[in-house]
Amino acid sequence: MTDATEIEDTRQYRSLWGDVWSQFRNHRGAMLGSFVFIFILLAVSIGPYLWTLDPNYADVRNRNQGMSWGHPFGTDQLGHDMLAQVLQGGRISISVGLTAMALSLFLGTFIGVLAGYFKRLDGLLMRGTDLFLALPILPLLLVIIMLFRDTLRGMFGPETGIFILIVFIIGITSWMQTARIVRGDVLALKEREFILAANSIGTPSKRVISRHIMPNILSPIMVSATLGIATAIITESSLSFLGLGFPSDFPTWGRLLFDGTQRISQAPGRVIFPGLAISLTVLSVNFIGDGLRDALDPRIRGR
Amino acid sequence: MLNFTLRRLMFTIPTLLLISFIIFIILDMAPNDPTGNLPLTIPPEVREKIRASLGLDEPMYIRYLLWCQQFFINEPLNMLNNWFGWCIGDCEGRLRVTSWATRSPVVDLIAERMPQTLWVVGMSYVVGILIALPIGVISAYKQYSWFDQLGTFIAMIGFSVPTFFTGVLMIVIFSVWMPNDSMFWMPSIYDTTHEVTDWSSFVFQMRQMAMPVLVLALYNAAHISRYMRASMLDNLSQDYVRTARAKGLKEKTVLLVHVLRNSMIPVVTVIALGIPQVFGGAIITEQIFKVNGLGQLLIIGIQGADIPLVQTLTFLFAVLIVLFNLVADVLYGLLDPRIRYD
Repeated sequence: MTDATEIEDTRQYRSLWGDVWSQFRNHRGAMLGSFVFIFILLAVSIGPYLWTLDPNYADVRNRNQGMSWGHPFGTDQLGHDMLAQVLQGGRISISVGLTAMALSLFLGTFIGVLAGYFKRLDGLLMRGTDLFLALPILPLLLVIIMLFRDTLRGMFGPETGIFILIVFIIGITSWMQTARIVRGDVLALKEREFILAANSIGTPSKRVISRHIMPNILSPIMVSATLGIATAIITESSLSFLGLGFPSDFPTWGRLLFDGTQRISQAPGRVIFPGLAISLTVLSVNFIGDGLRDALDPRIRGR
Repeated sequence: MLNFTLRRLMFTIPTLLLISFIIFIILDMAPNDPTGNLPLTIPPEVREKIRASLGLDEPMYIRYLLWCQQFFINEPLNMLNNWFGWCIGDCEGRLRVTSWATRSPVVDLIAERMPQTLWVVGMSYVVGILIALPIGVISAYKQYSWFDQLGTFIAMIGFSVPTFFTGVLMIVIFSVWMPNDSMFWMPSIYDTTHEVTDWSSFVFQMRQMAMPVLVLALYNAAHISRYMRASMLDNLSQDYVRTARAKGLKEKTVLLVHVLRNSMIPVVTVIALGIPQVFGGAIITEQIFKVNGLGQLLIIGIQGADIPLVQTLTFLFAVLIVLFNLVADVLYGLLDPRIRYD
């Protein structure tokens, strides 16, 4: 065993992830999308330290300003600086997107693996998934937020309460597609020889799932993750746009857009910047998802 | 096929009952009080009586069963009475699902709002399909051409940019920046009371419908054109296409008769599956352009804690989803002879 390491090996190894990366790099849209998404992530995370105007400081003398060097995105009807608000709103919007995606991915993978691996649970879990798919999601989200907003606000404070509520309801209403895809893949994997081998040497189900199944279903999960971020951000913005999301004191991009539409004829810029931010984020995430799907699909890779 | 359809129909009944029960439970957990908006001067015992008159003192399962009776038995009977004059049972004193806020039957409210939603949403779906199909066909036929690249990019924008931003952007361009007397100026608020009587009022109706319809149509077209392209690509590489060309058929015939017909099979089902989602998405578009359709009714109901209205509307959305799932399955079986469920 130790001799093998002494032989000098000049062959170039090609790992799976190396292949995926080189394919991903060739996808122009995906690379551009990654740059834009990273830029937006940096802007909202470091941005508020560089652009130090307080988003909640009401500079009443300078309200309803257009674009200027002092306020590049202008100011709103109370004199809040729009750039600072967009940066602050992006933090909330993107963190809602990431957390809700993580929750829905966890639920979807968990249910999908259980349904695919354990035949007894399959019927019940998949009927449940079908039932969830038949629920009218947007009306129900609106109803649930309306009903539980005040209760949660009282329990966790205005910002954390609504954050928990929105992340939770987006998470539990968007896991179904992931669950279906994961179940299909697990069903196919379960019949393969390496799973049979693992079972025949007495590997417990828990370890078969974590060591043999999970790494093989990673690629559909990664693609669903990117799509999940996009849908979560859009859902949160739609809720805020209908006036049922975050309150004005903790503006998200959707909320800023909603507040802007009421003064659309005086200050059109106020709807354009938050709207552009949402669209660019979702567009870049979708392009990354597209590139990932191509890169992770072995039939397309290498073409 | 008929057997399968009947079996599926039987299965939808328990599904829908379960969904209506879930919606009812969620609404029942509401901590808010329908008498909360009434003046504070009303004494508590009167308040109690108002609650009792709304039926709120009954236990939950009785209220649910009452709603079921009103919605599944009384409402259809009432419709029969209105349309055909058939009177079954007690025609006058029959209890119907009544809105708490307006005290009028919920179904009447929905019937009032339906035409606006159907006009805007239905038209946008038709326009979306009409745009999407040719784009999908040409993109697939000229794969990787500039047309295909452009189509892919626009489709990506179409389903990434949310409708509330495209809608607002259109308002900014066509209602705010465009001068009022220009030909391209569009009203940003949909006027429902407007009646089409002559040519100029028809033109006005078209103008006010243009923006909401285009916004939704772009979104729908983005999805459908992708499916159309993928489906065309699948079929173009099949052997029967080569056979058809080898027989010396004209390229037009090969493309539009042989390939298109086969590629439409999955697209038709996708179109059927998309209809309920379009109704859901219309909630936002109606809010932007202030169309007083079903979506706006739902929002008003939610804000006023009008439980019977919200319950009925949400349930109707669920019925649409379940129904069009069934339609898609049946269509697939009818159109594709390779698929037989029995």
